[in-house]
Amino acid sequence: MTFNPHTHQDRAEMMQTIGITEFDQLVGAIPESVRYPNLDLPRLLTEMEAAARLSDLAERNLAPKPGNTYLGAGSYQHFIPATVNQILSRGEFYTAYTPYQPEVSQGTLQVIYEFQSMVAALLGTEIANASMYDGATALAEGALMAVSASKKRNRLVVAGSVHPGYREVLRTYLSSGQIELIELPVPTTGFANRPEDFAPYLTDDLAGIVIQYPNFFGAIEDVRAVADAVHAAGANLIVATYPMPLGLLKPPGELGADIVAAEGQALGVAQSYGGPYVGLLASRKSFVRQMPGRLAGQTTDSEGKRGFVLTLQTREQHIRREKATSNICTNQGLMATAATVYMASLGPEGFREAARRCYHNAHYLAQQLASLPGWELGLDDAFFHEFVVKAPEPAKDVNAKLLTAGIIGGFDLGVVDPTLDHHLLMCATETNDRAGIDRLISILAA
Amino acid sequence: MSAPSDLRFTKTHEWVRLDGDVATIGITDHAQKELGDITYVELPEAGDAVAQNQPFGIVESVKAASDIYAPLDGEVVERNESLLTAPDLVNASPYDDAWFIKIRLKDTAQVEALMASDAYDEFADDSAH
Repeated sequence: MTFNPHTHQDRAEMMQTIGITEFDQLVGAIPESVRYPNLDLPRLLTEMEAAARLSDLAERNLAPKPGNTYLGAGSYQHFIPATVNQILSRGEFYTAYTPYQPEVSQGTLQVIYEFQSMVAALLGTEIANASMYDGATALAEGALMAVSASKKRNRLVVAGSVHPGYREVLRTYLSSGQIELIELPVPTTGFANRPEDFAPYLTDDLAGIVIQYPNFFGAIEDVRAVADAVHAAGANLIVATYPMPLGLLKPPGELGADIVAAEGQALGVAQSYGGPYVGLLASRKSFVRQMPGRLAGQTTDSEGKRGFVLTLQTREQHIRREKATSNICTNQGLMATAATVYMASLGPEGFREAARRCYHNAHYLAQQLASLPGWELGLDDAFFHEFVVKAPEPAKDVNAKLLTAGIIGGFDLGVVDPTLDHHLLMCATETNDRAGIDRLISILAA
Repeated sequence: MSAPSDLRFTKTHEWVRLDGDVATIGITDHAQKELGDITYVELPEAGDAVAQNQPFGIVESVKAASDIYAPLDGEVVERNESLLTAPDLVNASPYDDAWFIKIRLKDTAQVEALMASDAYDEFADDSAH
């Protein structure tokens, strides 16, 4: 993009128009002492010196990369095929922004349409939108959809086994108090909420129940049983999930979830210390008017040719501002494109294969950890690629030991609950092979 | 088309047909023409209260999304389910098949303040320009 600075003449004309002669007249209201303060800055660096300094600083980070990390807890290390960044860096796609004059951007709309189609297939739902900021905000928006669809019901219940960060975002979204949020405690028995945990809350003012599948601790809760109970009470089930487990597990939409939200980072988006990520939001078709954000649709033009449009825009902020379903009227364009290319690159069979490898590596890791003296697995039932393990020493000491060997350990659950300070949430993906896991085990055994 | 003489009208382009203490409510022919092809109608449920001059429903067309205002105070006794699946009825038959809701009135005298058909025709003519 070309940057055109104002010329001296432009400035003179502008100042004449607004009736001033000196630029300083514009900033005259700012006290002299703070107008042009002396900043205590180090001496200017040349570009070469600055590059060296930044590179020194960057080398002090231990960045997650294939094979060196067992940390998941919502952000996952996966191999990203070269096709993803190659296509992403094309000028036609390379923008973080949703199209604002959309119909001239047929290629972008087609990518969004394909993204939506693949997300709906992955999550097992009828519809999906053009993406949200991240998994946590997608979940909060999904919860609001359940409330606005049910009109007279005003209460949401969130399981204690939902990601603590997601629960925090939900709390923030609902902090105005117009919607009542009930948070269940972290389930200590096998780290899983049971369908009966929700029974006391199935009242006629319940709008929805929020669960996670697999849950934050890796346990696979009974979505079908909760869905049946919630539906019998006339409410909706909102499920937070992740893409990779769905390579093996039945998708939440097929198990009766009404609204499904997911963090899409695992689909070809680098971990990048927390963002930008991409939220997936999908639901039954009957929620289409409550769904925030953008929706691309396929249509035919006046010549009968296939084309793409943004559809149902009346739900959005820019047409009916005061009645908008949400203040989100954009999408995470670049990251959604990455997810689309990732899914297309792997295909259904490749995706299942990646999921299978995650599963087997994680189960090998769990088995090896459980064989160490004093180590104990924390879940009662099946898991996918993440699980709780109790160590004989504080989790932070385990992680410190691993870090000196260049390995990023698990998530210290003491952060969530101080009584769990010996518990780690460990994750393995297709990037953690047996040799790497054996090395981890030998360090811990030493 | 001139507005039917047996109906009463609002400045927000709703019509009212009174039958005892039950009023049937819809939007006018003028309104559906201004909106263009109607693609979606959202209606309250039986038992819901509606209040005069307050929105009770939404109509979306290819051009716009608009609130529909209750001409009178009352309680919904029935809604036109067929509009939910066939919103284009509003374009085809605004005064007959495409009624929106029937409400039991709190105060039938409120009807007197609404416009008669000739007054509405004049009003709609003016607002069209």
